[in-house]
Amino acid sequence: MLTENQNLSLNHKPGHVKHDGHNMTGFIIFLCSESIIFFAFFVGYSVLKISAPVWYPAGINGIDIKMPLINTVILVSSSFVIYFAEKYLHKKNLWGFRIIWFITMIMGSYFVYGQYVEWSELTFSLQSGAFGGMFYLLTGFHGLHVITGILLMGLMLFRSFIPDNYKGGEMGVESVSLFWHFVDVIWIILFGLIYLWQ
Amino acid sequence: MTIVNYDPRLVKTKNPYPKGPNDWKRFFSFNTDAKVIGIQYIVTALFFLLIGGLLGMLIRGELITPPSDLFDPTVYNGLYTMHGTIMLFLFLFPILSGLTNLLVPPMIGAPDMAFPKLNALAFWLVPVFSIILLLSFFVPGGPASSGWWSYPPISIQNPLGKVLNGEMLWIIAISLSGISSIIGAVNFVTTIIRMRAPGMGFFKMPIFIWTVLAAQLLQLLGLPALTGGAIMLFFDLTFGTSFFRVEGGGDPVLFQHFFWFYSHPAVYVMVLPVFGIFSELFPVYSRKPLFGYKFVAVASFGITILSLVVWVHHMFYTGTPMWMRNLFMFTTMLIAVPTGVKVFAWIATLWGGNIRLSTPMLFCLGGLFNFIFGGITGVMLATVPVDIHVGNTYFVVAHFHYIIFNTIAFGIFAAIYHWFPKFTGKMFYEGLGKVHFALTFIGATLNWLPLHWAGLLGMPRRVASYDPEFAIWNVLASVGAFILGVASIPFILNMVSSWVRGKPAPPNPWKAIGLEWLLPSPPPHENFEEDIPTVLNEPYCYGLNKPFVEDEQFYIEKSLIKH
Repeated sequence: MLTENQNLSLNHKPGHVKHDGHNMTGFIIFLCSESIIFFAFFVGYSVLKISAPVWYPAGINGIDIKMPLINTVILVSSSFVIYFAEKYLHKKNLWGFRIIWFITMIMGSYFVYGQYVEWSELTFSLQSGAFGGMFYLLTGFHGLHVITGILLMGLMLFRSFIPDNYKGGEMGVESVSLFWHFVDVIWIILFGLIYLWQ
Repeated sequence: MTIVNYDPRLVKTKNPYPKGPNDWKRFFSFNTDAKVIGIQYIVTALFFLLIGGLLGMLIRGELITPPSDLFDPTVYNGLYTMHGTIMLFLFLFPILSGLTNLLVPPMIGAPDMAFPKLNALAFWLVPVFSIILLLSFFVPGGPASSGWWSYPPISIQNPLGKVLNGEMLWIIAISLSGISSIIGAVNFVTTIIRMRAPGMGFFKMPIFIWTVLAAQLLQLLGLPALTGGAIMLFFDLTFGTSFFRVEGGGDPVLFQHFFWFYSHPAVYVMVLPVFGIFSELFPVYSRKPLFGYKFVAVASFGITILSLVVWVHHMFYTGTPMWMRNLFMFTTMLIAVPTGVKVFAWIATLWGGNIRLSTPMLFCLGGLFNFIFGGITGVMLATVPVDIHVGNTYFVVAHFHYIIFNTIAFGIFAAIYHWFPKFTGKMFYEGLGKVHFALTFIGATLNWLPLHWAGLLGMPRRVASYDPEFAIWNVLASVGAFILGVASIPFILNMVSSWVRGKPAPPNPWKAIGLEWLLPSPPPHENFEEDIPTVLNEPYCYGLNKPFVEDEQFYIEKSLIKH
C-alpha cells in the first residue's frame, strides 16, 4: 500500500502556471476605461452644441484653426517618432533611443506651449457659457494627459541611465509609448469636434 | 474518480502548507495580501453599515409621525442624502470589493491579486474618502442635501456661497471612491483573465468569478462616465461654469444622463456578485449540480451588455421624448430575460434537492424570495405609464430597497456566513446566525413591504412630513427599521465571539466543491503557492462522480495536515 501511495505522490505533478507580465494587460484595461471619460466629455460637447440656440459666446463666431492645426501636425508626427525610439530600444541601441525619445519629449512640450499661447490669446473664459466651459475642459483635460505623458517619458529617459534597467524587457517604455498614442488619438477626435465642426 | 488513500505522513514530509500569518496588527497596516485587504474592506464596510443604518433609523424616526417634528426639514434632506451615499459608496461597494478580494484568488487558484500594491491603495482610499464624506457634517451649511443622485440645479445652488461646502466634499468623496473602484476593477479583471489555475477555461470558472468579471467590466465601462459628469458638476459648483446651468446655455438633464449611465449599471455591479453567491451556495446546500451552468454563466454577460442601454428609465418624467421612453422601456424589460434565466436555474437547482437550512442557505433563500418580488416591481416600474404614476413616490423607494437590501445585503450576509470558517479558521454559532436571519427577514419585510402601498397611494419620497392618511404604513415601516437595527446585535456578537473563541474550522466544513475548499482554513499566505491543482470540471458536480481536479485526494490530504 505504501509503495503505491509513494508512487502516486511522486507522480503528482504540480500544476504550476507562470504569473508574470500582466502589467501591460492591466494598463490596456486602464486606458480603455480612461477613454470613457473623454468619450463622456465628447458626448456632452456634442449634445450641448446640437441643442444650443447660440453656441459661441457673444462677439465670437468661431475659433482660429491655424495654431491648433500646427499643434495637431506636431503631435501626430510625434506618435511616429516615438515608434522609432521604441525600435532603437529593441535593437539595444540605447543612445539612438535616448535621442529620438528626447525629440518626442520636445515635440510634446511644443504642443503644450502651443496650447498655452492659444489659451492666452482667446477672448473668452471658462465661465463664458457652455462653450467656454467645454472648450477649456476638453483642451485642459487633454493637456493634462500630454503633460503626464512628457513627465513619464522623462522618467523613462532617466531610467535608461540606470545600468541594466532594460534587461528584463521594456514594459515601461512600451506603456508610455502606448499612452502617447492614446493621447494622440484623443486629440484627433477633439480637434475634429472643436475646431473642424464649427 | 480514483480515490486512493494517501498516507498523510507522506504528504507531510514532502511539502506541507506553511502556517498562515497570525498577527492581528497586519489588519491595521498597508498590507498587500488580498486576504488581509478583503477583511479590511469587509470590517470597514460593516462599520459604515452601522452608521448608514443609524441614519436610516433617524429617517424612520422622523417619519413615524406625519408632521416634521424630529428634525428641521433641511436637516432631513442631509440625512437621506448621506444615508444613501454611505450605504452605496461606503457599505455596499467596499464590502463587495472585500468579498471579491477574499474569494477571487483562492477560487481561481492564484497566489494573490495581479497588482497587490494597487490593491492595498484601493482599500486605503476608502477610509480617506469616508472621512472626507463624514467631515461634511461639520462644514457650514451641513452635508450635501440634494439626494444621492445630486441633480443640478439643486446641487449647484451653494446657498451660503462658501467654496468649502458639503456638496463639494460629496463630489470629492465620490470621485475618490470612483478612483478606488477603477483601480479595483483593473486588478480584478487582470487577475481573472491572466491568473487562473491550469485547466480552468472560462467554462470551468465558478459562477462567482463569471459575475465578478461581468460586474467589474461594467465598472470599467460605466464609472468613467460618472467621473466625467462629477468633474463637470464640480466645475459648475466651484468655478462658475455653465455645463448644467440653463442661464449659461447648459443642460441640467445632461447630468442626469451622465449620472444614470453609470448609476443604473452600478446596481448590476452590486447585484451580479450576489447572483454569483446564490449560484455558489444553492448547489452546496441542496447537494445538486447547478442547473444550466453555461446559461447562468453567459446570462451574466447578457445583463452587463443590456444594463448599459437602460439608464433612461430613470428619466421617464424629466422631459424625455416618447420614442426614447418606448425604446428604454423595451430594453429595461429585456433585462428580465437573463435575470429570469438565473432565477429559474436556481429554482431548478433547489428542486428535489437535499436542502439544508443552515444560516447561509436561509439568507440565500430569503434573498431569492425578495429578489423575485423586487424584480416584479422592477418590471412594473419599467412600464412608462406606471412609472409616471409612481415615479418619485415611496413605491420606488420600496422597490430599490427590496433589491439593494433585501437581495444584495441578504446575499452578502449569506456569503459572510458561508465563507467565515474558510477565512477566519473558526466556526460561527449557528443559533445566533438563525436569530440574525429571522430578525433581518422580519425587519426588512416590515420595513419595505408596507411602503409599496404608501407609494401607490401617492406618498412622495424625500419629504419630512406627509399626509396623515399614510400614517399606518409609515408606523409599520419604522417598527421594521428598528427591528433591523436590533438584528445587528446577534450578528456582531456572533462574528466577534466566533472569531475570538469559536471552534476551529476544518478545511471544508460544508462539503463544498471549489478550489478554495481544498485549502486549509485559514488559507496560507499564497494559497496553493507553486502547487496549483489542475481543474477538470466546473465546481458544481455534486453527486455526479466527476472529479473536480487532478489528484483531488492528494490536495484534500494536504489541506488536513495540522501544524
